[in-house]
Amino acid sequence: MTTHSSDLEPASQGGDPLPDPGLPPHRPRLSDTDAKSAKRAERQVAAMFGIAALASLGFVAAYLALPLIEGDLVRLQLSNLALGLTLGGALFLIGLGAIQWAKKLMPDVEMVQERHPFESSPEDQAGAIAAFQAGVEESGIGRRKLIRNSLIGGMALLPLPIVFILGDLGPLNPSPPRVRASTIWGPGVRVVNDVTFEPIRPEDLQVGQLVNAMPATYKDIPETEHVDALNARAFASVILVRMELDEFEVPQGREDWDVDGILCYSKICTHVGCPISLYEQQTHNMLCPCHQSTFALAESGKVVFGPAKRPLPQLALEVDAEGYLAAQGDFAEPVGPSYWERAKFENGERI
Amino acid sequence: MSATTKFASKPVAALDQRLTIGKLAKDNLRKVFPDHWSFLLGEIALYSFIVLLLSGTFLTLFFKPSMVEVIYQGSYVPLRGVPMSEAYASTLDISFDVRGGLLMRQVHHWSALLFVASMTVHMFRVFFTGAFRRPREINWSIGGVLLLMGLAAGFTGYSLPDDLLSGTGLRIIEGIVLSIPVVGTYLSFLVFGGDYPGDDIISRLYIAHVLLVPGLILALVGAHLLILWYQKHTQWPGPGRTEKNVVGYPLFPVYTAKAGGFFFVVSGVTVLMSALIQINPVWFWGPYDPSQVTAGTQPDWYIGWLDGMLRVMPGWEWVIFGYTLSLNVMIPSLIMPGVLTVLLLAYPAIERFATGDDREHHLLDRPRNNPTRTGIGVMAIVFYGMLWLSGGNDFVATIFQIPVNYITQFMQIGLIVLPPLAFIITRRIAIGLQRRDLERVEHGRETGVIRMTTEGEFYEEHEPVSEYEAYALMSHPRPNMIEVEPAVDENGVKNPNHKKSKRQAALNRFYWNNTVQKPTAEEMHRELDHAAHETEEHLEHEILPGGGHNPPEATRH
Repeated sequence: MTTHSSDLEPASQGGDPLPDPGLPPHRPRLSDTDAKSAKRAERQVAAMFGIAALASLGFVAAYLALPLIEGDLVRLQLSNLALGLTLGGALFLIGLGAIQWAKKLMPDVEMVQERHPFESSPEDQAGAIAAFQAGVEESGIGRRKLIRNSLIGGMALLPLPIVFILGDLGPLNPSPPRVRASTIWGPGVRVVNDVTFEPIRPEDLQVGQLVNAMPATYKDIPETEHVDALNARAFASVILVRMELDEFEVPQGREDWDVDGILCYSKICTHVGCPISLYEQQTHNMLCPCHQSTFALAESGKVVFGPAKRPLPQLALEVDAEGYLAAQGDFAEPVGPSYWERAKFENGERI
Repeated sequence: MSATTKFASKPVAALDQRLTIGKLAKDNLRKVFPDHWSFLLGEIALYSFIVLLLSGTFLTLFFKPSMVEVIYQGSYVPLRGVPMSEAYASTLDISFDVRGGLLMRQVHHWSALLFVASMTVHMFRVFFTGAFRRPREINWSIGGVLLLMGLAAGFTGYSLPDDLLSGTGLRIIEGIVLSIPVVGTYLSFLVFGGDYPGDDIISRLYIAHVLLVPGLILALVGAHLLILWYQKHTQWPGPGRTEKNVVGYPLFPVYTAKAGGFFFVVSGVTVLMSALIQINPVWFWGPYDPSQVTAGTQPDWYIGWLDGMLRVMPGWEWVIFGYTLSLNVMIPSLIMPGVLTVLLLAYPAIERFATGDDREHHLLDRPRNNPTRTGIGVMAIVFYGMLWLSGGNDFVATIFQIPVNYITQFMQIGLIVLPPLAFIITRRIAIGLQRRDLERVEHGRETGVIRMTTEGEFYEEHEPVSEYEAYALMSHPRPNMIEVEPAVDENGVKNPNHKKSKRQAALNRFYWNNTVQKPTAEEMHRELDHAAHETEEHLEHEILPGGGHNPPEATRH
């Protein structure tokens, strides 16, 4: 047996402390020496293959005997169980049988094969380089600089068409930063319940109550414009919350944004855009279930915990002529996650 | 001529005359592969991928990748009359109206989880045993890219049913795309075909999920296996196993039966799991509505670490010259994954620089014999595991009744402190194990027999280990120490490599710090002599029951 001092492992200073005794002698298995044991293994393998065949038949039987019945979940479960156990059983037993066959009955005497070092001979390496150089020489790419440079130019600009052909993947006019800056809220747009779509009067809300709401303009989106409706839901969703008048702070400039302690905030998290949905009535905190950003609704939506940076945008409310809650206008800033151009639209600038 | 030879000779000749497969088959049918349970991990990944292709093809026969709105009228009564996308409706149909459809959906999902899990653990095996060293660095990189592709395949598939949970995942992706400086907003509109969510994303993800990503995976798996085949598998060190040979069993018939059988075992277990354990019951979540979300939203396990990073990141955001830089999203979702990927792919080169070891290696390292690498690996696992737990911080909070805020704060500090601690502890343990190996070879194994000498001294009888075991414990390569190149050579010319060599040598010292140097043959001989002598000395003073001396096992000389 060779030791480790070979060209495959040169730098081993000092060699191995002990000589390699070579492969340990093979120890025969019971099935190698005892014909009865070998026969038993053979029967085991055959039984597994046999049961696998039966399981496949069982699958067909279950498929035919257990049609799915509308509204019957128990039948669905039963079908899933029967189909899965039979198919899974068939596969599993075929596998187990084959492995048992290999382990018990095929030879388990280890074989030795040589490895070859991972480097070509110096002649081959030199030959490869020479072949390459001959090709370079014959192409003349080194001499004919004009061809070389124009080829580089031709190739360098080829990515442009490839990139530009993707330009119509999405509409870029009006520009995305502007589109993203506005919602379907506007002056006088009523606040409606997001399930019943009924308009809301201030007296409908009790202190501590929170209502998920949408702009009334949402209902004006024709049914054929399903996408517009989805996009509206993704950005115009709001929450209404009512607090005692002394429970919340009113920052400068927002003195007339609430109606008798009813405040309206965007429902879209300023982190990455999940709809925030967990309201803690005692603290008036709103928690986003995705990444736990927590917003204090009593402190103009500021972040009190989590990865979000910006407060929830607040929507200025009023009461319209018929006594329903309505928006004074669109949000003063873009709702949802931050984006590169966002700050440009912070002061109500719109399309 | 035996019956088999006669049976095979004609078709073999026919094929050979067309493809000259004779030599190929002769060389490869009996190709030897070494045997060890840890070599099966990569096989599990391969077989899960095959199961994914098969079950996925079945699903495409029924799934409609469309966001057109339909009113559901199918078999699942609670959702009847609810408007939803065709994608979600067809997913419900697969589950409730196609016999075996639910089973195949669950098979597909379970095998996806298993695919990424087995790739991950396979990577651990390759890492901790140093199987990525020359000549296998290319296969390490291919494997790393495969892991990333596995994540991409998983996430695009997860998003297809258009249920509330998968939609929430897409919303987070949109937030991440938006955080890309300069082009993020435009890119988001290109990806989603306009404002979020639009009605294009499902069909776009679909083609990525069923063609682009699996096509790439298939090509890379092919390359991975071809290279493995060509380079021959690594093997564990031991008596008779050298850098120049492969010891194991032949491909045909032993591995044909074992590996083929293992494919059936993996697929069988996946199907049995799908029969017994429910996964992703999309009908509970309802169709996607961008204004709704459920509490406790969780991605599939392999996305958990990314989500965890998003959760524990502090809320940093800068506005510079009127432009917004969302570091709270960019760092955990774009920069850190990028950095970690580069570190992963570059690790073989980093280690080669630190050890200066550019030798070919076909014998694996036992993790203890490379304490620094093992420490780095455990450090990475601890870091990953903590991010993964952070991704479920709300679940951890519910289970252990700890406020979620504390868990997040703990992770923010722990992610910086605990991984290095894990590195130090692991390295110490590995070095301790090395010392124990040496002790075992030099002084034998403890027999549990306590003897008393005439002087009243107690000692435990040790028995030499077998020569096979002793060799296996002492055959690892020696640490490769790097000397600093002199600043000037003998002619007084400045050596341009001096500084680099200094850095490399410092890294090298750190790398092998405290690693046990195995004795030379001469030292070992002396040590064994000494141990034998000690035993004899003990015996001379010993009173044995029955009065006679019990001759000790002959110690090797």
